[in-house]
Amino acid sequence: MPEFNQSRKRVIQLIFIVVFLVIIGQLFNLQVIQSKYAKLAENNAIAKKIVYPSRGIIYDRKGRAILDNVARFDLVVTPFQVKGIDTAALCNILKIDTAEFHKRLITSIVKNGRYRPSVFEPLVSPQLQAQLDENMYKFPGFDLSERPVRSYPYKAAAHILGYVAEVDTAIIRKSNYFYQMGDYVGRSGLESSYEKVLMGTRGIRHLIKDNKNRIQGSFENGAYDTTAEAGRNLYSSVDIELQQLAEKLLANKIGGLVAINPKTGGILAMASGPTYDPNDLAGAAFRKNWGRLALDTARPLYNRAIKGQYPPGSTFKPLGALIALDQGLINPKYGYGCGGAYYSCGRGVKCTHAGHGHAATLRLALANSCNAYFCQIFRMAIDNPAFANASEGYLKWKKYMNAFGMGVKLGVDLPSEDRASVPDTSRYNRDFGGARRWNSCNIVTLGIGQDRMTATPLQMANVMSIIANRGYYYTPHLVDSIQDETANDTTLSKYRTRHTVTNISDEDYQAVLDGMHDVTVYGTASFLRIPGIQYCAKTGTAQNPHGKDHSIFTSFAPKDNPQIAVAVVVENAGFGATWAGPIATLLMEKYLNDTISAGESMNNFERVSKADLIPAAIKHWYYVKDSIKQAKLAIKEVSVDTVLEQPAVVPKKTTFDPEAEPLRKDSGEVIPEKTFMILPQENRNKPDSSKDEKQ
Amino acid sequence: MRNNNTISKGIDWSMVILYGVLVIIGLLMIFANEYKEGESILQPVLSQSKDYGKQALWAVICAVLAIFILLTDSKFFTATANLLYGLGIVLCILALFIGSEVKGSKSWIVLGGFRLQPSELSKVFTCLALAKYISRQETDFSKTTSQTVGAAISLLPAIITIAQNETGLALVYFSFFLVMYREGLPPFILIAGASIAVILILSLIFTPQTLFIAYAVLAAIVIFFCRSLFRRNRLLLWLIVAVWAVASIISSVVMPYMINKVMKPYQRDRIYSLVGKPYIPEDPEERAELEKLKSKNRGKSQNQSEYNVIQSKIAIGSGGVPGKGYLKGTQTRYDFVPEQRTDFIFCTIGEGFGFLGSVVFLSLYAILLFRIIIIAERQRSTFSRVYAYGVASIFFFHITINICMTIGLAPVIGIPLPLISYGGSSLLTFTMLLFILIRLDADRQMILR
Repeated sequence: MPEFNQSRKRVIQLIFIVVFLVIIGQLFNLQVIQSKYAKLAENNAIAKKIVYPSRGIIYDRKGRAILDNVARFDLVVTPFQVKGIDTAALCNILKIDTAEFHKRLITSIVKNGRYRPSVFEPLVSPQLQAQLDENMYKFPGFDLSERPVRSYPYKAAAHILGYVAEVDTAIIRKSNYFYQMGDYVGRSGLESSYEKVLMGTRGIRHLIKDNKNRIQGSFENGAYDTTAEAGRNLYSSVDIELQQLAEKLLANKIGGLVAINPKTGGILAMASGPTYDPNDLAGAAFRKNWGRLALDTARPLYNRAIKGQYPPGSTFKPLGALIALDQGLINPKYGYGCGGAYYSCGRGVKCTHAGHGHAATLRLALANSCNAYFCQIFRMAIDNPAFANASEGYLKWKKYMNAFGMGVKLGVDLPSEDRASVPDTSRYNRDFGGARRWNSCNIVTLGIGQDRMTATPLQMANVMSIIANRGYYYTPHLVDSIQDETANDTTLSKYRTRHTVTNISDEDYQAVLDGMHDVTVYGTASFLRIPGIQYCAKTGTAQNPHGKDHSIFTSFAPKDNPQIAVAVVVENAGFGATWAGPIATLLMEKYLNDTISAGESMNNFERVSKADLIPAAIKHWYYVKDSIKQAKLAIKEVSVDTVLEQPAVVPKKTTFDPEAEPLRKDSGEVIPEKTFMILPQENRNKPDSSKDEKQ
Repeated sequence: MRNNNTISKGIDWSMVILYGVLVIIGLLMIFANEYKEGESILQPVLSQSKDYGKQALWAVICAVLAIFILLTDSKFFTATANLLYGLGIVLCILALFIGSEVKGSKSWIVLGGFRLQPSELSKVFTCLALAKYISRQETDFSKTTSQTVGAAISLLPAIITIAQNETGLALVYFSFFLVMYREGLPPFILIAGASIAVILILSLIFTPQTLFIAYAVLAAIVIFFCRSLFRRNRLLLWLIVAVWAVASIISSVVMPYMINKVMKPYQRDRIYSLVGKPYIPEDPEERAELEKLKSKNRGKSQNQSEYNVIQSKIAIGSGGVPGKGYLKGTQTRYDFVPEQRTDFIFCTIGEGFGFLGSVVFLSLYAILLFRIIIIAERQRSTFSRVYAYGVASIFFFHITINICMTIGLAPVIGIPLPLISYGGSSLLTFTMLLFILIRLDADRQMILR
């Protein structure tokens, strides 16, 4: 009877409708309201793989690549594909034992899972790569993946170029998470300051992966992919041959030197001693060497050319003269009767000359580097009657100094440049206990570049370019141009503006120039000659609290139409003309004549490059370090000698990760560690010979 | 010629077309799951190496079967209903003893290369048997004894199926209460049963506090709208209050007590993961114990329900309104949703065609269900009507539970989506259900007993 209970048909229909509406409601919630699922699905299935562009290359002023990219290979492993391989053969090639092999395999499974490749051996050497290539078919699951690494064919300019290394958490945070763990970034030098230019633009590939993280192909045929753009190249002003010579001359010395082309401000060479081979911090070598270099007490990673603060000593004197001349306090004919010391301020300031008339004019005083003369004109500047007191006179003098780039950062394109020091009056107020409690006599040694005045080799060289240019300079810089530079690229514009230093007259400059020329003719540097070239220079022998005087030499050449300005500082070496002088003249000769002439110049080169002027304290540190190593070595040798039958076995030491390999039994024996040869002094900071062959 | 006439005469072609459309959608979805770019499409069909190839073969077999059913005299079904029911029960019991274990359940009989799941076929037989019993002249379904017998016929296979450890399939038999309701079962039983089931599921998904407030609000609304009735019928007010009290007690006392005190941690974990909710015990010791247990089972994929539901919700949710397009769903094409060709096939539709596609797809089912009810109500014979309602109930239960579990509204119990999910047994069963109905409907002028 269909009529019976027929009304219940409606109820059943209602139940169907309600349930379907509930389902549609939840679908609406999931598909329309909640937006998180699309993101979750994307995270599930789309792997964003960053494609790294190759870093830009840096060329020297003659277009030679001072650094380059070479392809190195990582040995990567995909654990789930590793089945039935000849483990022993692979271990043999890699020179590891099977325990290490299993440990690495387990580590990569823990780190990246079974289905994704992880690095088994980073940056294998070319020989090893060739060996692996031949045998790769035997090792399923293993693969070689390419990674470009920096190489430095000239093995020079480490401080200029800097190094590339993995980012740390601080850099990641600072970059607003642009960089990711494992990225490489320029960490110092040009690599760091031109990071944005050199790194290029990263590409992103969207890849589809499945539930086991296996790559299934590209997403939407690469519709969302962006291509990687290679980093742009840098064309620097560095002359790599000059740079190599500079580093050779500074070998086994502590100090810094800068050579600038005064016409452009382009730095031709910049060296800091001690230095290191930049190849030591490239690729796989980084891990091996960084710790050693960072802990070295002579601080080879420290760029003394821009960070070393040295009292300029007598090399300041041309500047003192210019200030006094411009203020109209003296004229080039001004003379001072020096009797071997400056006595006007009680305690005498000694002068190396005592002969009558050695400071009869500015020219003579500069040539003979008369301390008394420059103390006198410094005091005249401070006590200038135009100002109410010494403080104001000093401030005017400081203003001149800052205009010459002393005591301020010049803005060279290297990170962490130091501004050194031209003290403020507040400093002296504190020293002497009040603004009116000090006068020109208290600070008289500033006049001969001592007291609290310090300068970096870069600042000294910049002062030389100003004098060479008679009043203007370009901010010293290393990079002349960038590849594909656009008109609105302002990166380099600050290095292309000409700065004029106050309005000191040409006559004043001429007077100082003449004096500096005389230095090289009959003055303190008269025995240093550049064949066929007249040059101007000023020697400096700066007292310092650390030991022997610093040997300083500032110069530019040729005298007329100067093309190179050089400042050299050799720490604790003695007279300026003895060590720093020949270094500077040799560099100028090399740059201007393109060669070092045989004879006197060559003798100088031999003498300077072979000299070891490392202070005794640092040598002692090396000695202690080497002794400890040798002592350790000796102990090992003795133990081998005494128990000849057995190899050196270190008793009971766990050689593997017991958590990773719970089933492995500890034999209680380990293979003795490889002993490292102590490198002789001259080989330190050089790459090992095996690496040389590769390049 | 005459013969031909009798086959096609009276056949409800709209049902046949809906059936065909759904089977083709199913094939396309299974294909979307398996196909990878650049592969040959036809080759796996011929070599039977892929699931969509096998399913296509099953579809052909089902078409043949459908023709056979349409050729059968409708009296055959009334005559053999009880016999088939008995056979189904015997086969189910047989499977329990000689069956081979598949995924922990002993519900399959393997004969050579042929596998049979009697509990699937039992659905059809039970449906026929129930129709037979209710349509008997001597049965008065308004009597409690008849209702009890009807319930027994429905639930006997369910009990055997539970013994086979196929809880999902067993639950399907409860859908026959909908049929019995239509034939005179007091609505109270249906309402109470459904309410308790809903409350139990809700208690798993929401916290007791939320539910307590929700019940209170619901009760207040009902009381507000029914306030005029209370003057005449005071009892109604107390009834509403009582229902509210029972629901609250179940949600905030009984369920937490059952879960936290009676069940063991791993059982609790399993219950919670059925709705895709992680279970984190408050007691640290217990947590450690559970972690240990889980780590032991890891990789065995013993109980992946939680992961399944999360991935399935991601798949459906990521479809958005318009969907990602056919063959563009990343979740379903790269195996993120497990069992995605059988129980979680709806994910492919949800991801590929989005909200709009899902609603269109659901309306296909709705049209099918409503069509079956229309057919049911136009029968002159009680047998046909009861059978039709049985078919509607089974379809409805399968659709509801299957889709609800993929969108996190129902626990994960493995039952397929009718005519869409991959699987020969399931496709065969639903084909039989539907075509027997079409056959019976073709003879709707006859009074079948």
